[in-house]
Amino acid sequence: MTEMNRRGLLRAGAGLAGVAAGTGLAAPAVHAQEPVTLRYLGTAVNQSAEIAAKVKQDLGITIEYIPVVTDDVIRRAVTQPNTFDLLDMEYFSVKRVLPSGNLQGIEARRIKLFDKITPVFTRGVTAGGRTLGEQGTAPKKVQFMNGRGGKDLATSPTEWMTLIPTTYNADTLGIRPDLIGRPVASWAELLNPQFKGKASILNIPSIGIMDAAMVMEATGQYKYPDKGNMSRAEIDRTMAMLTEAKKAGQFRAFWSDFNESVNLMASGETVIQSMWSPAVTKVRSQGVACTYQPLKEGYRAWASGFGMPRTLEGRKLDAAYEFINWFLSGWAGAFLNRQGYYSAVLETAQANMQPYEWAYWMEGKPAEQDIKAPDGSLLEKAGTVRDGGSYEQRMGGVACWNAVMDENTYLIRKWNEFIAS
Amino acid sequence: MDGGGAPVMVDAVRAAPRRSWGAYWQAAPFAIVFLLFFIVPLCLTVAVSFWHYDEYSLQPAFTLENYEEVFDGCIAKLPSLCVTFATYLSTLRFALMAWVCTLVLGFGIAYFLAFHVRTVPMQMALFLICTVPFWTSNIIRMVAWVPLLGRNGLVNQGLQAVGATSAPLDWLLYSEFSVVLAFVHLYTLFMMVPIFNSMARIDRSLIEAARDAGASGWQTLWSVVIPLCKPGIVIGSIFVLTIVMGDFVTVGIMGGQQIASIGKVIQVQMSYLQFPIAAANAVVLLGIVLLMIWALTRLVDIRREL
Repeated sequence: MTEMNRRGLLRAGAGLAGVAAGTGLAAPAVHAQEPVTLRYLGTAVNQSAEIAAKVKQDLGITIEYIPVVTDDVIRRAVTQPNTFDLLDMEYFSVKRVLPSGNLQGIEARRIKLFDKITPVFTRGVTAGGRTLGEQGTAPKKVQFMNGRGGKDLATSPTEWMTLIPTTYNADTLGIRPDLIGRPVASWAELLNPQFKGKASILNIPSIGIMDAAMVMEATGQYKYPDKGNMSRAEIDRTMAMLTEAKKAGQFRAFWSDFNESVNLMASGETVIQSMWSPAVTKVRSQGVACTYQPLKEGYRAWASGFGMPRTLEGRKLDAAYEFINWFLSGWAGAFLNRQGYYSAVLETAQANMQPYEWAYWMEGKPAEQDIKAPDGSLLEKAGTVRDGGSYEQRMGGVACWNAVMDENTYLIRKWNEFIAS
Repeated sequence: MDGGGAPVMVDAVRAAPRRSWGAYWQAAPFAIVFLLFFIVPLCLTVAVSFWHYDEYSLQPAFTLENYEEVFDGCIAKLPSLCVTFATYLSTLRFALMAWVCTLVLGFGIAYFLAFHVRTVPMQMALFLICTVPFWTSNIIRMVAWVPLLGRNGLVNQGLQAVGATSAPLDWLLYSEFSVVLAFVHLYTLFMMVPIFNSMARIDRSLIEAARDAGASGWQTLWSVVIPLCKPGIVIGSIFVLTIVMGDFVTVGIMGGQQIASIGKVIQVQMSYLQFPIAAANAVVLLGIVLLMIWALTRLVDIRREL
């Protein structure tokens, strides 16, 4: 509630600023008709007031954010497709939303920078030629569909895209080096009894179990054919390991919200937990030592993108294409890269960043000068190197992708059992 | 509350047959709101609990498979508990603990306010103070516990500073203790208000009479005050028990998401679009809570007492 109010205020403020700055420039020539409003459904993390303000200024399109949690994005997309115009969701959700018929294919030829979208999404390799892990819902598996109104995924690239990638990243464990005091190099450490009562995982069943699977493989107990699509027996086995750890008091708490994870880590309630890159940055900006620890077994990656609901048409549809094209054109990409995410079109983002920023965030080089957040606050002092290094090193080290399993229903039941144990 | 209340009531009851239509009209707005936003959704929930579902669609049907899944393995596994039984047991335990704590505290505070605070303005002022926990939003209130009860929180630092403990106490936060603490902190008011209301109606001459008849303080409390407070206690208990039975936010945040509650199970199922099984769970929960209320109203006939 409070979060919404605060966002509302921020947005209103940004919107006003945008209107003030934009009236003289964009409005008359491009949009003789009344301005278009796009209702943008997604998680709060991706909904920056700055982006909405910039779009208003550049295109005259008003972005109206509808912030909900990850699971609610899917629920809304499946049950109420007419309550939003633009969908910002994770790639693994495609498998759950597409069969409902509520997603309309996005025409690749209307996306101006389609050819420049990183091959991570289309072919599963980085621009530098490193092949990414394919376990789980790798974006290339769910990137294309068979037609505008299709309900099935295409097995090879077509002209119709399910989502247009916006941002993605490689996730790993965050640690408190000051409280641990020794190197951490493996996922196995998450369930190391040394950190009893000081560990945490994400309370989202499909992601939590993947972290557990990374531990299972790291300790050499079992090798999954596909961590992102387990059989019932594999789910049982993985959950048994987690249950045992929970009963032994390994976990301090489970988190489900960005700020929760920041609080747990910054207050020292946990010293090792699965985390998101900007959350680590936020802990550090509070003056608390926190490392986004690269691990030898690799990263668990995720990606999100824009989708269009079936009901979108006419001027709003055109505006959605216009917005997506704008989003890929660089300003937004630079904005995302500066937060530690990665943008879909790298070249245009690079053109919108200072060379020292690009060198720090993307090339893994020591910061030549202080690194600032988009709002101007200090993130890292000069000389710091990004945890995990360059884009190629981090994305090239992806072992698996956030996923929805075929046995999802069974997993949910097992997860409820796990919480009750 | 005063002596004049009773005759007016009697008049109203006597006059009722003559003005029956007027009474219906008076009740109509609330009845309609109730019908639209409570009865209809409730019927839908019951109906959906018999539907069939898969990953992305619901099919109207009459199947018991959702209920079977709710109680999957519950009989076969005995004497060890299935998830549903274990979760209900855990939820019931919290309800009981929260009930005992809020009852003792709520009764004590109400007693103080009703019998020891002399002036009405003072009573009102103290009453307002009791509502302080509700002046901020739920989430803020919950998050604020971390700096207080956390490993490096105020309580732990204080205990260590005075030498009471040598290491931080982990069980202060993300434990059953913290869950019950949060419940008590939030819901004592719901217990206190109805009890205070009952106490305020007690004819003071009854207490004088008890004293004159030679009853000790405890005897007066036990034989006069408590019996006369029964309706308040039952109403407060209904508030506290029903809120705690359905809660998932407090249990989730204060229990570090590691403690199960029926509400949480339903929420997880809803978020994965498993509406029918969530509906089945909700119907079972509703049934159990209704049974609890029925049992409580057996103890005291609230309608007569009011």
